[in-house]
Amino acid sequence: MPRFLLHRLLQGLVSIVGASIVIFLIARLSGDPILILLPNDASPQLIAETKRNLGLDLPLWHQYLIFAWNALGGDFGRSYRWQMPALQLILDRLPATIELAICGLVFSVAIAVPVGVLSAVRPGGWTDRFGRVFAMLGQAMPAFWVGLLLILFFAVELNWLPAFGYGGVSHIIMPAIALGWYPVAAQTRIVRSAMRDVLDSDHIRLSRALGTPEHWIVWKYALRNAAVPLLTMLGVYFAAMLGGAFVVETIFAWPGVGRTVVEAVFSRDFPVVQAGVLFTSILFVLSNLLVDLAYGIVDPRIRADR
Amino acid sequence: MALSIPVSEPIARRRLPAWLRGAPWLAFLVLTIVLVCAVGGEDILPDDPNGLNLADAFRPPFWAAKGSAAHLLGTDNMGRDILSRILAGSQISAIVCAYAILFSGCIGALAGMAAGYFGGIVDAVLMRLIEIQQSIPSIALALILAAAMEPGLTTVIVVIVLTYWAWYARIIRGEVMTLKGRDYVNFARVAGVGTPTILVRHLLPNIFNTLIILATLQVGQVILFEASLSFLGLGIQQPDISWGLMLADARQYITSAWWLITMPGIAIMLTCRSANILGDWLRDRLDPRLRQL
Repeated sequence: MPRFLLHRLLQGLVSIVGASIVIFLIARLSGDPILILLPNDASPQLIAETKRNLGLDLPLWHQYLIFAWNALGGDFGRSYRWQMPALQLILDRLPATIELAICGLVFSVAIAVPVGVLSAVRPGGWTDRFGRVFAMLGQAMPAFWVGLLLILFFAVELNWLPAFGYGGVSHIIMPAIALGWYPVAAQTRIVRSAMRDVLDSDHIRLSRALGTPEHWIVWKYALRNAAVPLLTMLGVYFAAMLGGAFVVETIFAWPGVGRTVVEAVFSRDFPVVQAGVLFTSILFVLSNLLVDLAYGIVDPRIRADR
Repeated sequence: MALSIPVSEPIARRRLPAWLRGAPWLAFLVLTIVLVCAVGGEDILPDDPNGLNLADAFRPPFWAAKGSAAHLLGTDNMGRDILSRILAGSQISAIVCAYAILFSGCIGALAGMAAGYFGGIVDAVLMRLIEIQQSIPSIALALILAAAMEPGLTTVIVVIVLTYWAWYARIIRGEVMTLKGRDYVNFARVAGVGTPTILVRHLLPNIFNTLIILATLQVGQVILFEASLSFLGLGIQQPDISWGLMLADARQYITSAWWLITMPGIAIMLTCRSANILGDWLRDRLDPRLRQL
């Protein structure tokens, strides 16, 4: 186990360093940061001096090392717009994003588990068909459109829920549905096929033969085993929610990391964009790492494999 | 004596070649309409997609009260015909799909073939690159690219290529790794055939089906991705017409004009669903092993 753990940690570290290089290079692609910082009529001396002060006359690899060293210490520079450290801004907005991602995950699992279980119990039944239609719709509808339709229906037509903003439970319902919509189909499929396998196994047949009530068998014995693949995959879905949050937060004016980064793109607030993207990437890698570790714990064959 | 052979009616009527039976005709139809509109340009549209007519603004679809047959799906805030704009929007979707899939497919196939065939250091480097690519969420990558470059068609294509090449590369790498151990490849090598020839003549034809399937399955995802980017304002810009951009414009009229929100979304859904159906069908026809994709 420690070997496997070490290997995966190292791999995750390489990914994060690589991601930071990519982010650094793309940010430098944008042309000379001097042109944003200084007025158009700045004298050549002033430009040269500012370049020296900011370290922009150094070779690119040296600049990257400075960037990485500062980033390690939590220094991504100051936000041009908010006049505060970029990382501080991201950390301030993080709880709202995590809250939304968890609610989205809860929504998708709350739909996927019952639909998956019932469609495994009765393949071809109406839950199975409903699940199929939902899967079909889910994979062809972009999250932002789901969000707009929800607003159109529940906020504009019925006036039941607030259309946007942050506040009580009523504010989070629609963003969570919009965010959790897409993964429902995949999760249902995982639960369904896991349930089909488990319901076919010997211990379930034995329970049936012993006369255990069917609902007891399905919801207690079988689901407990069938939930393992879904539980181990939750980290992947959580990571996907972080990516989806950029769009959903923008629609619902949710004060999270996603919306902050999108706004920073439009105001060319580079430190915030860099900090936000790198931070999301790190969360992304960590979630995937947790999934692999969970798999390693649940299924020892994978450990041996690596 | 004339021997009459009874020809059963169903056999005589089965004129379709076997591989076309059970083809998803509806999906074909939707995609054909999209393609024809993309190629045909503005001449074949019912109305000028950019024609302003403020007197005719906010007309609902024809079945609603105050709707008119001249604008089947209604008009937007500037009186532009929604149906024409949706059909014109298919052009951007088709262009983005064509370039994005071509480039990501070619780069991914080349990288995957090199990694799978040569192994060793090439493979190790490629796998690290794929892991790095997968550690940045694609929308986040799009955001930072859009901040660095001007948002527009090129940015959209670059982002999609950067996101999807790794998907091709990983799958092609796996295929090539199994193929290169086959006897016919070994025999070719023993017979003195050069590496480029082995790659092009013996391996490429065998991964071609996989490439076709991956490309078709990518269409739906590219359409969704482009729409999302354009909706955020990071993709296609005015005056070009894109479905995502139409939805972004429609947001401010959500309280008054429901058809502005629903119609372009339905176009996205239909096209995307059709492409997915076609991809699934092709996969089942050509290579059922790839079913978990």
